[in-house]
Amino acid sequence: MDKRTTEHEAVAELRDGLTLGIGGWGSRRKPMSIVREILRTDLKDLTVVTYGGPDAGLLCKTGRVARIIYGFVSLDSIPLEPHFRAVRQAGAVEAVELDEGMLQWGLYAAALRLPFLPTRAGLGSDVLEINQKWIKPITSPYDDADQLVAMPALELDAAFVHLNRADARGNAQYLGPDPYFDDLFCQAAKRRFVTCEKIVETSDLAKAGTPHTLLLNRSMVDGVIEAPGGAHFTECPPDYGRDEAFQREYAKTAKDPEAWKAFEETYLTAESEAEYQKRVQARNEDRKAGR
Amino acid sequence: MSDATRAEVCAVAVAEVFRGDGERLASAFGAVPAIGARLAKLTFEPDLLMTDGVAYLRADVPPVTGDATSDPIVEGWLPFRRVFDLLWNGRRHVVMTATQIDRYGNHNFACIGPHKQPKAQLLGMRGAPGNTIHHPTSYWVPNHSTRVFVDQVDVVSGVGYDRARELEDGARFHEIRRVVSNLGVFDFATPDNRMRLASLHPGVSVDEVVEQTGFELVVPDDVPETRPPTDEELRLIREVLDPGDSRSNEVPH
Repeated sequence: MDKRTTEHEAVAELRDGLTLGIGGWGSRRKPMSIVREILRTDLKDLTVVTYGGPDAGLLCKTGRVARIIYGFVSLDSIPLEPHFRAVRQAGAVEAVELDEGMLQWGLYAAALRLPFLPTRAGLGSDVLEINQKWIKPITSPYDDADQLVAMPALELDAAFVHLNRADARGNAQYLGPDPYFDDLFCQAAKRRFVTCEKIVETSDLAKAGTPHTLLLNRSMVDGVIEAPGGAHFTECPPDYGRDEAFQREYAKTAKDPEAWKAFEETYLTAESEAEYQKRVQARNEDRKAGR
Repeated sequence: MSDATRAEVCAVAVAEVFRGDGERLASAFGAVPAIGARLAKLTFEPDLLMTDGVAYLRADVPPVTGDATSDPIVEGWLPFRRVFDLLWNGRRHVVMTATQIDRYGNHNFACIGPHKQPKAQLLGMRGAPGNTIHHPTSYWVPNHSTRVFVDQVDVVSGVGYDRARELEDGARFHEIRRVVSNLGVFDFATPDNRMRLASLHPGVSVDEVVEQTGFELVVPDDVPETRPPTDEELRLIREVLDPGDSRSNEVPH
């Protein structure tokens, strides 16, 4: 089965109010070409589940998000995501802030089609206080009668992840050091899309890395999108590192509406991902030439 | 050694929180904690495990800045999901920074002001709730003041002893080992686990600490001085672990 598609077609399936899972971690291996495609639509009222980076910053800043479920939102080399901070401080989104491990557990519960998974994480902290309508404590039914937290399943309408390689059938491979939770995002979702640096023949997957790097099998994926540079400006090793200069420029626009407008016009209004990549390339050539 | 800087005294005080930990993952956030943890591994706790900050366990001990090693010794793989497994399993001791901390060790680095609409969004909960309920935790405060040592934290990200006590057995893995600040070392070795002044860094008075603390500290009659670095520790800090002197940016002379 050939599952090749485009960012445009994948995002066209989305509707206002859906719950989206976004893979990667902080400013690492984020499906940014999908985020950029969402910004070309008028989608709104989304719930976003993420180990957040610029995906969270951009989607919240541009008013797409009603509710965000996260453990943190960080740009890694810039510890606090400045656009997300501004949105939070304006009270503009409903923030479901979790412990990082609870977020994994919620995805895993959804992946296993369980209503919840028990954990101690959250006990005694204000995670339970600030999410009390939603996250409930539970007592172990066994002799220990331990107090635990019943982390509810984080069921996703759609999941988007970015990996290094995939074949047209949806087998997908990460070649960097960390799989993050991309497989759980896919298994927790009704519709699953993988963007990748390069679509290759199935027989070439095992040439690029050991079989342990084949994180997604084709039963976990509905659509495959070739998106070279699709994680930009987040990192996607070994294909490329983070574009730190670009990230700094992005971060700086949080405190300067004029700079944000210029950034938006230059990069976010590009009519396609190809046009975005062209503008980024032109920018980098200008910088190299010292212009 | 008399010429040790305050930052170097702090680094040794952080190293000391790991004493006795053995084969445990030592995670340390901040420049001084990173130096302290590595110092412990290079001296009295050689069995500590450490990550490269990405996804690998690293057997060699690189400097905290300007690591020029092109050939790190990788002894294990620890992507984030296995970090969570390991820490829920308990074989870790973390040193986290604190934006606010109270007398029972309740900790906040999530946000300042009401959580619904904070005055300042900070790190968020990150791993603090899970860390504190599963394995030993210590804290690092480079700027000891009444803004950090507060009567009540705005949001509890890391669990303190009063809340742990309410959980009874549910908190049986909870332990706040120590708080190291630029003024002294603090622990919770009191009958009701209130924070106690355990030692003063050289040149710091009890009055100064009390003045800079926004709650009533337990102050014993005799407060010892924080152990100064040995000659060998100073050499390791200055020549091996932090030749770039990142420690002085965190705790100025």
